[in-house]
Amino acid sequence: MADDKLIRAENLVKIFPMGSSQVTALSQVTLSFQTGEFAGLVGPSGSGKTTFLNIVGTLDAPSSGSAFVLGREVESLSHREAAGLRNRSIGFIFQTFNLLPVYTAYENVEFPLLLLKTPAAQRRKMVMDALDWVGLADRARSRPPQLSGGESQRVAIARAMVKRPPLLLADEPTANLDAENSHHILQTMEKLNRQLATSFLFATHDEKVIGYLRRKITLVDGRVTRDENCRPRGAEGTEPC
Amino acid sequence: MLTLRLALRNVLGTGIRAWLNALIISLALVVATWNQGLVSGMDEQAAQAAQAIEFGGGQYWQEKYDPFDPLTLDEAHAPLPPALQALVDDGRAAAVLVLQGSIYPRGRMRSILLKGIDPGQPILDFPTAKITADGGELPALIGGRFAKAVGLARGDSVTLRWREPGGAFNAQDAAVAHVMSTTVASIDSNQLWLPLAKLQEMARLPGEATLVVLARGTPPPAAPPGWTFRDADYLLRDLRELVKAKSYGRTIFLVIFLSLGMLAIFDTQVLAIFRRRREIGTLVALGFTRGQVIRLFTLEGALYGVLAVILGALYGLPLLWLQARAGFPVPAGTEDMGISIGERIYPAYSAGLILGIVLVSLLVTTVVSLLPTRRIARLKPTDALRGRMS
Ligand SMILES: Nc1ncnc2c1ncn2[C@@H]1O[C@H](COP(=O)(O)OP(=O)(O)O)[C@@H](O)[C@H]1O
Ligand SMILES: [Mg+2]
Repeated sequence: MADDKLIRAENLVKIFPMGSSQVTALSQVTLSFQTGEFAGLVGPSGSGKTTFLNIVGTLDAPSSGSAFVLGREVESLSHREAAGLRNRSIGFIFQTFNLLPVYTAYENVEFPLLLLKTPAAQRRKMVMDALDWVGLADRARSRPPQLSGGESQRVAIARAMVKRPPLLLADEPTANLDAENSHHILQTMEKLNRQLATSFLFATHDEKVIGYLRRKITLVDGRVTRDENCRPRGAEGTEPC
Repeated sequence: MLTLRLALRNVLGTGIRAWLNALIISLALVVATWNQGLVSGMDEQAAQAAQAIEFGGGQYWQEKYDPFDPLTLDEAHAPLPPALQALVDDGRAAAVLVLQGSIYPRGRMRSILLKGIDPGQPILDFPTAKITADGGELPALIGGRFAKAVGLARGDSVTLRWREPGGAFNAQDAAVAHVMSTTVASIDSNQLWLPLAKLQEMARLPGEATLVVLARGTPPPAAPPGWTFRDADYLLRDLRELVKAKSYGRTIFLVIFLSLGMLAIFDTQVLAIFRRRREIGTLVALGFTRGQVIRLFTLEGALYGVLAVILGALYGLPLLWLQARAGFPVPAGTEDMGISIGERIYPAYSAGLILGIVLVSLLVTTVVSLLPTRRIARLKPTDALRGRMS
């Protein structure tokens, strides 16, 4: 069933128990993504965006249906295999940045490489490159409490991108940032999408983010209501999102 | 390795709280070491004293002699075999004759032991020279505690009664030549020391003895027929039991201290898992397995044990070393138990003792750190990332 698609979700259903009743976070979602996309799940809070990202990110399993990520079926992965897949191939960006508080910026970015057992000589260059991408090479020694929100999120991007993963999942990456920082990190991500061929999948309801997307999937109450290709800011052709 | 490095950073990053936890555990460690050192010091000193004053380097017992059964004493004596006599003549052993008898202080009969020993014996370290017979009255040596109990003082006269081999009773007065102050109950309580030759004469047992005390450091010759050799270990067994029993009381403190330390770690762990749930989710998102997260938190807890050992070594070792040199005043009540240790106890710490305590505490802290991590096993990474517990 695996194929050349980066992500393929079929009839994905996710139901959470809520006390005696239950919440349907995703109902019959069928979606696929190609390599190189810059796409976003858009919809109001509670529409199931995070839930979809979590399943694709192998952090959660669907209640029914199936999800293939990088040719692997999420449900069939063991804990260890899933951890390995996340470590090697999936980058995560969170609304709350989630840097490791005791580590410097450099060490935060280095962490996934240590986990991958990348040789030291190679590691140093990769970390510095990643910090360069986000324009923070000079803050390598800073610790999270000394970084602004925008800087923290840029370190988080460097940490997610340092291993050059084929897939990056960003859940509300701008929700805690002001407009200027939001545009800054979005431009950075757009650039990395082009330069490293990493596919980006966003979950957002931020108009600023939506403005950068090349594909916008609208979720309402766990269902896909629209799926459109659109023209990112400043580009010619299709309609803007 | 990565997990260990992260654990170390996390613990040291906790700052003052980490050191506070470590301090409590280190206190337990130092107190435990001190306590054990005191016990082994006490044990060692008591053994030394008991050997110097009572046991020597082992004793030959007439085969019927049973120190716990005074009724056997009538039978428990025999002429000194030549081999033992030779040792005595050589100044490397002292013969002791033990008989039952009674005295009548203040008109009341009291059963006692009559012990005969050569006043000039060089083996046991108590003032037998005070009963050197000078042809006058029969000189007797008694312990201070016993003297007090029966109201006897130096120079007092006391009537002794004993049984001769035929069964007939005989009596004679003795004069208290010296009241010795000693903490060894077994040469003090309910007994009266007389010159050996006199006691042999009184009891009509010339040349006979109940036991022969060997000088310390003398290799014991084989026991002659009818005699049994009791080595120092055998003789010290009861004493060691006593010291051990005494040390149990003190372990209470130890348990309290250790529990406090463990509680602090447990508490820190539970709190850390709760407060750092987002971090746990992040680690999982970055590719940590659940097992690695559990290992991380366990290591962090165990590191408190390591910090405690380091901290304890920093202030504990000099402290314990000073104690071992300066000694520690004997706790009140020790003498009543019949343990003699002198004025001060000098704690004795062995490398094995310290190593053992360090290993046990590391093990315990690791286990205590591991317990709260069951919470992590139940925690869903998606909930953790949302900042919720599951
Ligand atoms: N672990 C969970 N337990 C119970 N309900 C959940 C859980 N995760 C999400 N939900 C519910 O599922 C629905 C979709 O949530 P989510 O995917 O977080 O939406 P979004 O990211 O679009 O805001 C919401 O109603 C939410 O309350
Ligand atoms: Mg969400």
